[in-house]
Parts: sequence; structure tokens; C-alpha cells
Amino acid sequence: MSVETTTVLSERLARRGVRILSAAVLIFLITPVLVIVPLSFSQSTYFSYPITGLTLGWYETIFASAEWRATILNSFVIGLSATAIATVLGTLAAIGISRPSFPFRGLIVPILIAPMIIPIVVVAVSLYLVFAPLGLINTHLGVILAHAALGTPFVVITVTARLMAFDNTLSRAAASLGASPWIAFRRVMLPQILPGVATGSVFAFATSFDEVVVILFIGGTEQRTIPRQMWAGIRDQINPTILAMAGLLTIFAVVLFLVIGWLQGRSSASAR
Amino acid sequence: MNGISPQQVQIRTTDPRAGYRAARRREALRAFILAVPLLVFLLATFIYPIGKLFLMSVQSGEVVNAIPGTATLLADWPGPPDLPSPQVFDRLAADLQKAQQDGTLAAAARRLNNYEPGFRTLMLKTVRQLPSTSGLPYSEELPRIDKRWGDAETWRLLKRAATRYTPDFLLTAMDREVAPDQSIVPVEKTQAVYVDAFLRTFSISGAVTLICLILGYPVAFLLATLPARKSNLLLIFVIVPFWTSLLVRTTAWYVLLQPNGVVNSLLIASGLTTEPAALMFNRLGVLIGMTHVLLPFMILANYAVMRGIPPVYQRAAVSLGAHPAVAFLRVYVPQTMPGIGTGMFLVFVLSLGYYITPALLGGAGDEMISQLVALQMERQLNWGLAGALSVYLVIFTLAVYAVFNRLVGIDRLRLG
Repeated sequence: MSVETTTVLSERLARRGVRILSAAVLIFLITPVLVIVPLSFSQSTYFSYPITGLTLGWYETIFASAEWRATILNSFVIGLSATAIATVLGTLAAIGISRPSFPFRGLIVPILIAPMIIPIVVVAVSLYLVFAPLGLINTHLGVILAHAALGTPFVVITVTARLMAFDNTLSRAAASLGASPWIAFRRVMLPQILPGVATGSVFAFATSFDEVVVILFIGGTEQRTIPRQMWAGIRDQINPTILAMAGLLTIFAVVLFLVIGWLQGRSSASAR
Repeated sequence: MNGISPQQVQIRTTDPRAGYRAARRREALRAFILAVPLLVFLLATFIYPIGKLFLMSVQSGEVVNAIPGTATLLADWPGPPDLPSPQVFDRLAADLQKAQQDGTLAAAARRLNNYEPGFRTLMLKTVRQLPSTSGLPYSEELPRIDKRWGDAETWRLLKRAATRYTPDFLLTAMDREVAPDQSIVPVEKTQAVYVDAFLRTFSISGAVTLICLILGYPVAFLLATLPARKSNLLLIFVIVPFWTSLLVRTTAWYVLLQPNGVVNSLLIASGLTTEPAALMFNRLGVLIGMTHVLLPFMILANYAVMRGIPPVYQRAAVSLGAHPAVAFLRVYVPQTMPGIGTGMFLVFVLSLGYYITPALLGGAGDEMISQLVALQMERQLNWGLAGALSVYLVIFTLAVYAVFNRLVGIDRLRLG
């Protein structure tokens, strides 16, 4: 009897402990994101609470500044171009390595995953070394190629995961009914793996959109992107436009969150 | 189009096994071709550049290129205690003047300065006073310009530097050097910074990994055991920060942790402290910032595994008389090992290469290896040392990868 009650009691205490700790951790995770948004509307240039007056002025400053507008545009141009390259190359490779007949898997897979785990500074310094003599420093092309390489592992991983659920007999059925390999891919396989491809490309885009170190090394003075300007801003002296930019990026993060949620909803719906 | 070619038919009729093997090879080739574009792309934009950086860690052409004749002669000089022959002095004087005309002297002088601070000035000072007008042979003239030329140790360092390939960068990156008697010895205490930096990088990464595990495991457990509607709501708290720009989060911590920031205001208002506590530009700031960025990886990796664990095993253990705590530790936790392994791997490996967060939230004593690599390249233009530090950093990263691949398997790595 007494053993029973202590068990239940300790279990209840443990559950409560898990809940309290989890609540604290979740607050720790979300607080910085929540704190920074209201401050970006504050009239004061001291970043402290309570906020005394509200203004949209810092956001206006960003959109009125030709430099910030060019920076934002540049981030999107680089991000979308890098994502396009990473998505096409990554998806093809994922289809290859998902086949049971794929040779040298133990050697090839680590190479494909490497851009995700090799320290970014090593990548940045190496790229500088090779890109400088080729005249790729300071150029769009150089940054796009570098960011595409960094994004490919995410596409490979998400598409491979998606392909595990794909029934290969479908492709064979399509082929036996006379579909060419391209048609079998377009009409049978691609619709099935599309959520994985899309998720991977969102990851690849986010990688480029948030990348600071490579752009610092090979972007030179020409290639300004949002993270680069924010890095310079924080190092120098945080001014309220940096916080307004942070506010915009937070909204963007919520959009990415919703897109990924929608994609995963689609993928689990289509798996059913 | 896809019909069987006459050749295949012939193979099949002669030896079915050979035909099977050929078909297998064709299948393998077809699968491989799909990965070729990405492999070629990564070879060009990733593997080749890193290989080239690694090569820099053993290359040292600057001095040989500047004074090739002297380098050849020094190769035959046995080293201290005797000075090189007068012929070498003459050759050096000629080489130095030529190097200055060719514009190769600056790089060589900079390279020599890596061996001995002041060597650069010695070279430039010497070349300014050449050619000699005194009529003395250079074996007397050079020591007259600077007495260091009369010291065999100066020539020994020149000889060490005047080789195409050198182990010296790889040694320096481990705080070692070659002594006059050719043995490998630790460098002076004041110059020994890299081993400490590696150890610091490991200890920060290890601490962040443990903190993330301790904080993240219970959250993942809660999310996995709550009803889907509630857990989906709580997942927002994990995933929105995950998608928020690293710089936004670092900026936020900057604002929160500064002396007159939100956290200090709260601490003072609650009476816990009277003066603002130092929460950033120190190790605490680095740990807070890095944990915040990496915690979602730990939570999501464990959540993905825990979601697939049926509760029946744990219940069975309890119904057979195990204490719930024992059932949890001996039945539930082992099933979550792939999640723990993946989470720890991701957090540790990503920590090893951290650069932005320690640079912004850390203080003078918190530099991680990545910062030193960047410093060598940007400020010192010392490619060899940047390469050598990178070699070790990548080796350690790959070692962690190998352990993970052996214990858990890279196929377990999932995203989203």
C-alpha cells in the first residue's frame, strides 16, 4: 500500500518537474524572439523596457535607404539562385543514392553531407584561396556558388528521407506501361517526393539567407547581404535600424515556419 | 527503346552469371550518374578548395622563390655552430637585391617573421644597405650591417624557411617547434596559444552539448507524450526560434544581456543584485548564445525518435513490477539513444566550428579556433598557419563524425 502511493507520488513529482523545466526552456527559447520585436518600434535609442513611445520610423529608415533596399534585394537574388542550383543537384543526387544499386555509398554520402559539418570558417578561407585567382571574389557568381554548395546537404537529406517512403515499383510500372524515364520521373516520382524537395529548398534558402562567414570572406565590399550588414551593425554600434531589420527577419522566420508546417502537412497527407 | 539489345542476349545465352553481373554494373552506373553533377560541383566548390588550403599548411615557397640561389647553397650547409661559407654570404647579398627588384622580397620577409619576430626588419634593413660600398667581403659586411648575420641561429632559421615543404605550420598549430638540435620541443609559454584554444573549443562545445541535452531531453519527452494538439502548439516555441536568423538571435541576446539590458533590470528590480552583472563579453554570454541557437537541434532530434516509441514497453516493465524510474531509465531511455546520439553529434559538431556567436558575445578569453583561423588569414596573412589550424579542426570534426556514424549511423540524420 505505502509502496504504491510513494510510486505514484514520485511519478507525479517527476512529471511536474519535467513540465516546469520544459516551460522554463521554452520561455528561454522564445523570449529573445519576442523581446526584440517590440523594441524595434520603440522611439528611444536605448534598448530597454518599458517602452515609452512607439514609432515606425526605424522601419521607414530601412525602406527609404537605397543601400538597405539593395542589400535586401541582393540577399534574395543570391538566396534564390543558390537554392535553385542546390535543389536541382541535390534532388538528382538523392535519387541516385536512394537506389539500392548505388556504389561506394560509404564514401560518397559523407562527401555529400560534408558542407553541413565542416566548420564554416574553413570553407570560407578555402574558397577565398581558390576564388581570388579566378576573379570570383566580390562577385555574385562566387557567393552564389559557395552558398549553393552549403545548401546541397539539406536537399539531399530531406529528399532521401522522402524517397524512403517512395515505392519503386511505381516507377517500374510507369516504365512497363511505356513511359520514358523522364516522364516516369515527372509524372510519377516527382509528385511523390515534391514535399521533400520543397522542404530541402527552404532549408537551402534559409542557409544562404542567414549566412555571414563566407560572405565576409569572399563577398568583398561589393556583395552586401542582410546578415553581413547586421554583423557590421552589431560590431560597430547597434542602432535601431538593426532592430527593425531583426523584426522583419523574425516575421520572415514565422513565414518559413508556416511554409514548412504546410509542406509537412501535405507530405503526411499524401503519405496516407 | 528499352528493348534488350542483341549483345545482352548473347551474354545471357553464354553465361547467365556474367549477364547478371553486367546488369548489376549497369544499374550501379545509372544510379551513380545521377549523383555525378553534385559530386563534380562539390569537388570544384568544396573539396578542391579545402584540399588547397590543407596543402598551404605544408607549403612554404616564399623564401625559396625570393632567394633561390642562397636556398640551394644553404641546403649543403650542415648548420650551427659554424657559420655558412663566405660564398653563401655573397649569394645572399646578390639574391636579396634581385628579390627586391622582382618584388618577391616582401612575401619572403613576412614569412621569415613567422619564425622570429624582427626578421622582416632585418631583411629590409639589410637590403637597403646593399650593394656594399666598403669593399669588404660580404661575410664581413653583412654582420657589420646587422650583427644577427654573424649568428649561426639566424642562418639556421633562414635555412628552415628556405624549403618548399615544411612541417613548421603543423607544429606551430600544436605549439611545437624544431629546436637547433632538430628535436621537436614546446614553444615558449608566451607564444603557446593554439593548444589552449583547441582545448577551449572542445570544452565550450562539450559544455554546450551537455547543457542542450539536459535542457532539451525533457522538452522532447514532454512534446512526444502530450496529445498532438498541445504538442503542435508548444512546438512553435522551438521551431520559430530555429528559423529565426542567427544574427537576430545574437542581437536579441546582446540587447537582453547588456549591463542596462532587460535581464539586468529584472535582476536589480528583484533585489538579487544591486549592480549590473556581467552577462556577456565572457564565457557565460557565449554559453547562453550558443545554447540558444543549438538547443532546437537537440530537441527536434530527440522528439523525432521519441514520437516513434510506443509506450507499451515501459508499461509492460511497470506491470512486471519495475519502479517507474527504473522502467524509464532501463526501458525508455535506451530506445531514445539514436535521438540522443544525433542531437549530441549535431550540437557538438556545429559548436566546434562556431564563429559568429563567440565573436559577438564572448570576451578576450573566449576565442574559439574558428576565430583564430580567421585572424591568421585576415590580419596576419599567414595562410600556412590558417591551413594548419584548419587541418586539425577538420580532423577533429571528422573524428566526431566517424564516432557518430559508427554508433548511430549517418542515415539517421533527418531534418524538419
